[in-house]
Amino acid sequence: MNFDDTPQEAEFRAAARAWIAANAPKQYEDELRKSSLGRTVLKNADILEVAKAWQKKKADAGWACLHWPKEYGGRGASPIERVIWQQEEGPFGQLSRVFIIGHGMCGPTMMAFAREEHKRSYLPPLASGEKVWCQLFSEPAGGSDVAGLRTRAEKDGDDWVINGQKIWTSGAHYSDYGILLTRTDPTVPKHKGLTMFFLDMKSEGVEVRPIKQASGASDFNEVYFTNVRIPDHQRLGEVGDGWNVSLTTLMNERSAIGAAVSTGFPELFEYCSGLMLDDGPAIEDRAVRSKLANWAVKASGLKYTSMRAISALSRGERPGPENSIGKLVAGSMIQDVATYALDLQGATGVVSGEDAELAGRFQAMLLRAPGTRVEGGTDEIMRNIIAERVLGLPGDIRVDKDVPFNKIPTRGRG
Amino acid sequence: MNFDFSDDQKQLRDQARKFLAEKCSPKAVRIVLDGKAPYDKELWKGLAEMGFLGVAIPEEFGGAGAGHLELCVIAEEMGRAIAPVPFSSTVYLAAEALLIAGSEAQKKKWLPAIASGDAIGTLALFEGKGNPAPKNVKLTAANGVLNGAKKPVADGAIADFAVVAARTGSSGRDGDISLFLVDLKAGGVEVKGLTNLDPTRGQAEITFKDCKAEPLGAAGEGWSILTQVLDRAAVLCAFEQVGGADRALEMGRDYALDRIAFGRQIGSFQAIKHMLADMYVSATLARSNSYYGAWALSTNAAELPEAAAAARISATQAFQHCAKNNIQVHGGMGFTWEFDCHMYYRRANAMALGLGSLTYWEDQLIDRMRKKNAA
Repeated sequence: MNFDDTPQEAEFRAAARAWIAANAPKQYEDELRKSSLGRTVLKNADILEVAKAWQKKKADAGWACLHWPKEYGGRGASPIERVIWQQEEGPFGQLSRVFIIGHGMCGPTMMAFAREEHKRSYLPPLASGEKVWCQLFSEPAGGSDVAGLRTRAEKDGDDWVINGQKIWTSGAHYSDYGILLTRTDPTVPKHKGLTMFFLDMKSEGVEVRPIKQASGASDFNEVYFTNVRIPDHQRLGEVGDGWNVSLTTLMNERSAIGAAVSTGFPELFEYCSGLMLDDGPAIEDRAVRSKLANWAVKASGLKYTSMRAISALSRGERPGPENSIGKLVAGSMIQDVATYALDLQGATGVVSGEDAELAGRFQAMLLRAPGTRVEGGTDEIMRNIIAERVLGLPGDIRVDKDVPFNKIPTRGRG
Repeated sequence: MNFDFSDDQKQLRDQARKFLAEKCSPKAVRIVLDGKAPYDKELWKGLAEMGFLGVAIPEEFGGAGAGHLELCVIAEEMGRAIAPVPFSSTVYLAAEALLIAGSEAQKKKWLPAIASGDAIGTLALFEGKGNPAPKNVKLTAANGVLNGAKKPVADGAIADFAVVAARTGSSGRDGDISLFLVDLKAGGVEVKGLTNLDPTRGQAEITFKDCKAEPLGAAGEGWSILTQVLDRAAVLCAFEQVGGADRALEMGRDYALDRIAFGRQIGSFQAIKHMLADMYVSATLARSNSYYGAWALSTNAAELPEAAAAARISATQAFQHCAKNNIQVHGGMGFTWEFDCHMYYRRANAMALGLGSLTYWEDQLIDRMRKKNAA
């Protein structure tokens, strides 16, 4: 049992470290290091431009999308090398956030289902960050129940005509392309009538509207489709096989290993270490210590769970299912941590923004936290996944499984 | 990076699991639970023959000379089987105290006897309510003679010898405490068995009256040695707790698959599925924290104090959580003497207190994290 690199890993790490030290945009390092709340903001620069520049620089030197094949803009690196890169990239990895969906979900889906000529023309600019991609699955009528989506695709000559609405699309407003899951046959049960496409987001009839979130910020969008035409050669997988194609996409979403999950704990521990309460230092208060200890072991448990998965990669094995707990644990933890940090502040905890304690860091965390427990699979869906795929418990009894989609009720009350 | 047990260590784990499945079935555990034997003597003998009792004891003292990682994988299986034997008292506490502080003669006398299954040892630390702290040690030692009482002492009624924490000074500092080695079969010792939460592991009150004892380690070093012993035992117990938690989770999962209510497997109800998923989360966090503890223990890393406390807290929580919700999944049947659920519930809650309570270890963890940050 050890944490040591193998000689090859050490060599790779040294090369990555040297290149990053010589090339990373260090002027943003501090700001990037402090942004751990699901949102990265730079005061004096456009984050998208900085991110694109860093990605292009990496791509030119062969450090972009490391695990992708070289012909599609990657490096052909092993999974463990990808993890080592992430560790070395550190805070500059925050800049990859705008590409997460494209690199983590759209790219692998294209690689598995697109025509070869499309792969060769679309994937390299995706890898280099010159083009940004988004994923258009969720709808007002289908969140956790993605297969309940209603956006229609109807064949018209060599094209498909799209009408409908998507929601919760990260980055749609700056995306160049997207992968789109549609319903092509409403007369068969819901999982069977779906088909996947990719499209140019600048196509006529695509309208992107930002969603103002409960936190006040806007990270997501609604996307409306009005008679948008997509040529048939941009179809991914067979007609009616969209559900299987989407599983490839979603599997990739949940398998990101080694990606640091924010728990809020390091911030809270640091805060409590310097905080004075009415009757003494917070860190010497019995109740505070008990809370901190409980969160500390969750944070360390997640860290070492991730180390176990990385070790499996290092041995060339597939990691076990342990990593599926990360998002579930971290999501509610960050919410609880933020709530407690404000509790420690007393009445003044209500003040947010620049005038607040730590410039409103925990207030921002509190307001963003509900989203982390929903996006990318709600806590409840994550528990279902653990129960079914890890523990082998039966799936839910699905009352709509064999019902034609257009016969499924759409409202609960009248 | 290889933050995992080696193939050999995993093989040892499989071997231990197989052995215990055969020799330590729930039926065998119940013989001790029902008070028909103080511990499972046959199993104890078998563990010695398998080389498990001395796995971390050096060869020169009659052990297998393997190491603590090997002991961790065996501990996990002992916890899984809720083995009714004085393994933790003898191997994690007494043997480790001897390894850390024993003289050559003391090691020669007791370690081979531990490895061969001929001697049961324990640690006599607590004196009624309270957590490990020098001020809670009232038993005195003067001129090699002990006076006072210890309670509870795990496996005290069946132990052959004990490592006893005694007061040898009154300065109010850690240096007031020294350790002594006592042959419990010699004079001056009175042992009284105590009923306790987990009858598969005995607890006793031991009274020392002008009892002769030999020092273990230097005078005044007692507290520092004890702290090391407790840290090591915390990691090893964490593996037992992880094993117990995993087994309780499996029992719940299996029952949820078997049991039909409202015309369907109860494991298809989200209320049950989510409860089991949360148990899996606790067990996984505990396992990962324990692996870190194992790494620190096996490499004698400076991180051991922090890692041990984290493993202790996480594994205690996980075992308690899994054991109590296993009963919940079982419903009424889980609350019968006949079903095995309560044996895990008892063990989980007894183990949560044995080395000091959760509150104590939470406190320790924060102190140790602060120390690290300050360094």
